[in-house]
Amino acid sequence: MNLYGVRAIYNFEMARMRRTLMQSVASPVISTSLYFVVFGSAIGSRMGDINNISYGAFIIPGLVMLSLLMQSISNASFGIYMPKFSGTIYEVLSAPVSYVEVVLGYVGAAATKSVILGVIILLTARLFVDYDVLHPFWMFAFLVLTAITFSLFGFIIGIWADGFEKLQIIPLMIVTPLVFLGGTFYSIDMLPEVWQTVSLFNPVVYLISGFRWAFYGVSDVHVGISVGMTLLFLTACMVGVWWIFKTGYRLRS
Amino acid sequence: MGIIAAEAKLSKSAPVVRKYRALIHHQQDKPVQPDISVKHLNKVYADGFRALKDINLDIERGEIFALLGPNGAGKTTLISIICGIANISSGEVKAAGYDIVKDYRKARESIGLVPQELHTDSFETVWGAVSFSRGLFGKPPAPEHIEKVLKDLSLWDKRNSRIMSLSGGMKRRLMIAKALSHEPQILFLDEPTAGVDVELRRDMWEMVRKLRENGVTIILTTHYIEEAEEMADRIGVIRQGEIILVEDKAQLMSKLGKKELRLHLQQPLETIPGQLALEPVELSKDGYELIYTFDSQQEQAGVARLLRTLGDLDIEYRDIQTRESSLEEIFVGLVNE
Repeated sequence: MNLYGVRAIYNFEMARMRRTLMQSVASPVISTSLYFVVFGSAIGSRMGDINNISYGAFIIPGLVMLSLLMQSISNASFGIYMPKFSGTIYEVLSAPVSYVEVVLGYVGAAATKSVILGVIILLTARLFVDYDVLHPFWMFAFLVLTAITFSLFGFIIGIWADGFEKLQIIPLMIVTPLVFLGGTFYSIDMLPEVWQTVSLFNPVVYLISGFRWAFYGVSDVHVGISVGMTLLFLTACMVGVWWIFKTGYRLRS
Repeated sequence: MGIIAAEAKLSKSAPVVRKYRALIHHQQDKPVQPDISVKHLNKVYADGFRALKDINLDIERGEIFALLGPNGAGKTTLISIICGIANISSGEVKAAGYDIVKDYRKARESIGLVPQELHTDSFETVWGAVSFSRGLFGKPPAPEHIEKVLKDLSLWDKRNSRIMSLSGGMKRRLMIAKALSHEPQILFLDEPTAGVDVELRRDMWEMVRKLRENGVTIILTTHYIEEAEEMADRIGVIRQGEIILVEDKAQLMSKLGKKELRLHLQQPLETIPGQLALEPVELSKDGYELIYTFDSQQEQAGVARLLRTLGDLDIEYRDIQTRESSLEEIFVGLVNE
């Protein structure tokens, strides 16, 4: 195991985060705060409770998930896309590092950043809304698992993308709608029956539902299913990354 | 003290003797391996383009090997494969004795690569970039080594500068510093002096020589024949994916080099005299110059014969010049064959 190599990649990526502190931390925190102000305090005060949870508190898990997914994808995809774009990838490809080590470095750093950001957003939310965490262990487990899964997904996007447009297209066109329709702002029960069924095909529903269960003990689907689905996505992304390195897809000609 | 006496003295301590014998054994039995060994290497790209065709090449430890070839001949592809950036289609490559696929860690640890293009992270500092490279190649931090590398390459003053503030020449040296950060046994320099001014080029040659003195094997590709002529011990020429020649530089020069004898005549000639018709002689347009070409290797009776014939014909000349063809002319001759 080339631990120095993993550390070099990890530290390099974390240094990139420190250099771009405004973009990586401040902007998601500000945008999430705006959601809390608008939906939590302004509109939320006129909304009824959902499952005996105040509306402001209800949307917290979903909003944290939204940032977590978007940031995991963008951190990891940008992290591997930039060396490809600038050509510095040659060094990683010629170094004595296995693909597991490359992934540990890049995805590890992206996931770390997302988890840090998720925690910061949770703390920021406390300024606007009062909430409890019923199952802190599971809350953190969901946070970490989701960060890793979507960082792996972002890594795949970063390898697949051959232009900046493609880098943005999946987060914007696919992930954002899935999060908004995945029960961030409402409980799936509130939808007509047909749409409830449709929603079950949205993977983000399981993430948000499980995460919300960790906070308040209530969920749209059983928490066991949420954990299972999260692990399923994680495995799928791992297989994707394994295939990329096995075939050299868009990395080695 | 002979070896037997030494062994007797050492036998008091069995482990030491074992080690001593192992050492002798090791030195005697280990064949001198080439640092780079390429066997029947083929590279076919996805679009069917055959970039390399059955390449066989051995590069010995501690030599400077220049790989010459026109654009698109396969120089960079060959280097990319040895360094692990491109996949092998078929064949076998070993670096420092390790198979580059099966033993990729050990093989790659021993290699430093300076690519042709200036690929750098703009926002990183010089010190950060070089330290990153060392870590990536699996070496523990060694500030004193990085300090030495940066000083050798005149980058020490710039160690805290961001890379984007460096000039092109400095970036080129930074690429070299990154390649040397993990103390490689083999160094690849892909067109190291492309776009580098004359003075810096001299400095770089000097640096390469110093590295060689420390036992580093150096493989450089170049367009500049002057560079190969100045630096290389051996030269390989690659054309359309095939190695068409590998030769000791001096031998190559003498083997393929042509010599030219130019005679400046007192009176112009209209045609080449019949007595010289069988000789490889040309007449310049103005008729004032006779040009005689011969292989420098051959015994030079031809020159004497030519001069005698001219004497017999009463053709007078006021000046004689000879010149040897440069590597460049040899090269152009080879790739145009």
